[in-house]
Amino acid sequence: MISMNFKRAVWVLSIGLIAAVGTAKAGATLVTIDGSSTVYPVTEAVAEEFQISKKGAIRVTVGISGTGGGFKKFCRGEVDISGASRPILKSEMENCAKAGIKYFELPVAFDAITVVVNPKNSFLKQITVAELKKMWEPGAQGKVAKWKDINPAWPDLPLKLFGPGADSGTFDYFTEAVVGKSKSSRGDFTASEDDNVLVQGVSQDKGGLAYFGYAYYAENMKRVKAVPIVDKAGKTAVSPSMETVISGKYQPLSRPIFIYLSEKAWQRAEVKEFIAFYMSQGATLAKEVKYVPLPAKAYEGNLEHLKKGKLGTVFGGTPEVGITIEELMKREGKL
Amino acid sequence: MARMARKDIGEIRGIIARAKRLDVIFGVVGVLALGLGLLTFATLFVDMALDGYSRLTPDFFTEFPSRHAERAGILSAWVGTTLVMLVTACVAVPLSVAAGIYLEEYAPRNWITDIIEINIANLAGVPSIIYGLLALGLFVYEFNLGQSILTAGLTLALLILPVVIVATREAIRSIPSHIREGAYALGATKWQVVQHHILPYSMGGIMTGVIIGMARAIGETAPIITIGALTFIAFLPASPVTGTFPFLSFEWLQSPFTVMPIQIFNWTSRPDPNFHANAAAAGFVLVLMTLIMNGLAIWLRYRIRRNIKW
Repeated sequence: MISMNFKRAVWVLSIGLIAAVGTAKAGATLVTIDGSSTVYPVTEAVAEEFQISKKGAIRVTVGISGTGGGFKKFCRGEVDISGASRPILKSEMENCAKAGIKYFELPVAFDAITVVVNPKNSFLKQITVAELKKMWEPGAQGKVAKWKDINPAWPDLPLKLFGPGADSGTFDYFTEAVVGKSKSSRGDFTASEDDNVLVQGVSQDKGGLAYFGYAYYAENMKRVKAVPIVDKAGKTAVSPSMETVISGKYQPLSRPIFIYLSEKAWQRAEVKEFIAFYMSQGATLAKEVKYVPLPAKAYEGNLEHLKKGKLGTVFGGTPEVGITIEELMKREGKL
Repeated sequence: MARMARKDIGEIRGIIARAKRLDVIFGVVGVLALGLGLLTFATLFVDMALDGYSRLTPDFFTEFPSRHAERAGILSAWVGTTLVMLVTACVAVPLSVAAGIYLEEYAPRNWITDIIEINIANLAGVPSIIYGLLALGLFVYEFNLGQSILTAGLTLALLILPVVIVATREAIRSIPSHIREGAYALGATKWQVVQHHILPYSMGGIMTGVIIGMARAIGETAPIITIGALTFIAFLPASPVTGTFPFLSFEWLQSPFTVMPIQIFNWTSRPDPNFHANAAAAGFVLVLMTLIMNGLAIWLRYRIRRNIKW
């Protein structure tokens, strides 16, 4: 009896599987997005609202593969849009070129990398980029272990550093902006891809210091304290906030984040609708998820560039620190 | 002479008493070990239930993920997990039972069989991410199955194959050989012996293996992420039942998907602490899903065993 049922089940299944593999791909219109976890909250919010407004007629999926992982899929033509917390790199440009994938680079919001300390830390009123460099450069490993090692005015307190892991775009940008070379950092700090771990660490350690995206600071203002940053000697200290980022005063730790859109996907009606929605609602939704929106002109500029067919990146494959959004919009693109 | 015997008896009694003491000590250690495991599980489970309790409303099961913690639900995640598990079970169970029967009943004892056996034992210990990488190359790119429910189900099926094969073989080995011999003596062919005796009698043990395998598969995240499960998905796969002939559709196998562990992971890593309650609630549901699945298998095993009379 059992074996009869069993045999029947095996038959039904094998036939079913063969039939399934044989059928064509689903016909519903689908926009596929992957890439950076930093861009994810903004894209997710847009995707959610877009699907509600279209009542499910157009489907959107969003994955998190990281900026690098997203570009790998993007340059193989597997996804329509890829989120990136840094501009596309030379090697990734080459991969895309090899596969014949042309793309648009669309800045969608700003993120401010925020340096935070424990709320009980009363001696640190501001920090200079030079001091941050002394703290984080590879040479500091094993040598800079106390706060007074960096600035003699600071107390003899153990320095506990927390930061994102080496796969993170935030790590790339921070090291580029502070140490001067991307991915160049001391290794003896507590690294975690989960920013909640960093918040937890700093909130429990009086001598703790961490850096991560502004959204995590905005949600945890009671547990950690943001440190105003002094860009260069002689300048005034600037705290991270919506205003200081938009005005371009919060330097060098504010950065634009992007979506990359494949030219082929742009030809499709559903993708056009999605992008139009992204550019019109992006500012509101970015603000809602605690990101800093671009000025309205930038979103309009993006649409303009799409219309004119301005392909490629304005960075030429090398990371850059402190570029303003106006400058970014004016530059010529390169594939 | 008599004194000697009395002394001997005393010594023997001492040995017996010591052995019994050891017995009791081992019993206590065993209960403590079990208690420690159960206590850890109970603590985690209760903690999770308390954290997520407020989110366990009917809406939580019928809503798609959202950027608003209080509006977010696990609909796409639990449907995804259920469908992936269905594919996994449908692929892994027949394949591994067939493999187990072959190795126990049919395979000749030679070096090829030995190599197969060693490899199965080794496969059981391979980290799950390796299966993910294999599946990415083989299913996603080579067979062009895409980042679909089918791919995920096949990947997890590969992952649990060794576990179920080993369990099947153990179950078959525990059948007394006089049953086989009796059947052969009455002129049954090998297949008849397997079909009428081996398979029904070993079903209980096979089910146990399936339970263990599926429980492992349902919590896997690494291989599923590798093959490209999504994080935000606000629609369901196509329905498997349709209104027109042949009333069955397999389009859902090709659908993009997410699963519970990925949803939980995403929620725990969000800045807004309200999402952490969601993650706890989803974790609670995942444990319940595992328990229900195991309960079902145990009930099946009980029913099957009840019908066996040797």
